[in-house]
Amino acid sequence: MARSLTTYLDDLRDSRVWRSIFRSGPGQSNLHRALVVQSNVFLHLFSVKARKRVLDFSVTWYLGALTFGAFLILVITGVLLMLYYHPSVPLAYSDMKDLEFVVSSGVFLRNLHRWSAHAMVLLVFAHLAKVFYRGAYRPPREFNWVIGVVLLLLTLFLSYTGYLLPWDQLAFWAVTVGSNIASAVPLLGHHIRFLMLGGNLVNANALLRFYVLHCMILPLAAILFIAIHFWRIRKDGGLYAGAPTTTAEKEAER
Amino acid sequence: MSDDKDFVAGFDSNARKAPVRVAFVTRRTSPQVKVADEDQVMTHPGVFLRVAVAVELLTIALVTLALAWDAPLEGLADPMHTPNPAKAPWYFLGLQELLHYFPPVLAGVLIPTLVVLALIVIPYFNINIQAESLWARDGAKRLRIVVVVAVALSVFLAFFDVWVALVPTVIIAVVMFLAARSSSQSASAMRRWLYSKPLSFWIMTWFLAEAAVLTAVGTFFRGPGWSWVWPWRS
Repeated sequence: MARSLTTYLDDLRDSRVWRSIFRSGPGQSNLHRALVVQSNVFLHLFSVKARKRVLDFSVTWYLGALTFGAFLILVITGVLLMLYYHPSVPLAYSDMKDLEFVVSSGVFLRNLHRWSAHAMVLLVFAHLAKVFYRGAYRPPREFNWVIGVVLLLLTLFLSYTGYLLPWDQLAFWAVTVGSNIASAVPLLGHHIRFLMLGGNLVNANALLRFYVLHCMILPLAAILFIAIHFWRIRKDGGLYAGAPTTTAEKEAER
Repeated sequence: MSDDKDFVAGFDSNARKAPVRVAFVTRRTSPQVKVADEDQVMTHPGVFLRVAVAVELLTIALVTLALAWDAPLEGLADPMHTPNPAKAPWYFLGLQELLHYFPPVLAGVLIPTLVVLALIVIPYFNINIQAESLWARDGAKRLRIVVVVAVALSVFLAFFDVWVALVPTVIIAVVMFLAARSSSQSASAMRRWLYSKPLSFWIMTWFLAEAAVLTAVGTFFRGPGWSWVWPWRS
């Protein structure tokens, strides 16, 4: 009988190189499973164990996870789109045409980025509503709710700044309408608008600013706050599992 | 089990205060103290696997969408040629719809700022944390307040001709009235459920209903000059 795939995988995970990278070897014990999470810089944001109840679909609808999934798709497709994009007028628009007619799967890439962006905005709103209606914002999770609101705003700004980048009529006028709203702020309105657009009108300066915000500043801010958001789940006692069951939990959740 | 104690047993490191090392942790001070454990799973692989499957399914759905439906691309941006109507992205169309009725300072600045602030402060009010039924105490008095607020809000919306925002307001007010007329002993489960809902539930539901209606109206029912159009008669 040939060795099974599992044993090969175990051999790999037992190798010196694997151990040097992942800091844990093969094994199926709970200790090993805990170490996989604990000794990984990304995974250690999460707790080692979770209440069994939170796995039920009805508890979270997996909305937070799905929002993060949409964000991952956006990062990957976004980086690929950056390879074909010049943030200047009118090159930006001809790059859209290149995506359509020259780049392999260019249309698909842009479509996926666009629809994922809409999906992420929808998912963030759904996540907020679900967390609210379950009462999962209550102490000790109140600050994680605030971080969630910050992430909602970041998502909206990310989507809004990305809207201008194709530099077509739809983009130009949508951003014009949006930036006019900013100028309604008393006293500072026009200054805010000037700062936002790098001028008094939506022009090449605005495109460059939106590009930098969309591809650098806002994604980095989002990643930072997502990391805090995940980490706070662990620090605040794990994923909220719904109505408390034991007396002590009832006391604690009050 | 009758357990009306205001504390649970726990540990304290302050030996002077609690020399036998048994202290009383008053409520709200320690979320971690538990009497009994409940079933747990290991995050790896229990949670990660399920999340991976969920993200996979989302990816499949979005890839299918991207293959079937092209993202819009209009002509080159032209500052000299304003489309009519010029619309913001869909998630701002609720705001743009409000701008149609109210001065920019109110609709574009004050309302969004207040909404964000309201969202942030939700978990810092005990009334939202206790989540007691709105009608549990002083039911009749609270119903009077709700009626006054609903009527004032309706008059305000009607004054500015915001009929589309009036509809959800009236519906929510009617449902609230029904909830106030119910009790925890009502025959129908629906009415018992409505009765149990706290104030924050009603405010959030009203807000979400307004946001959904205004966004939908801005997206589908607005044509040239922001005039009302029926989407099926284009």
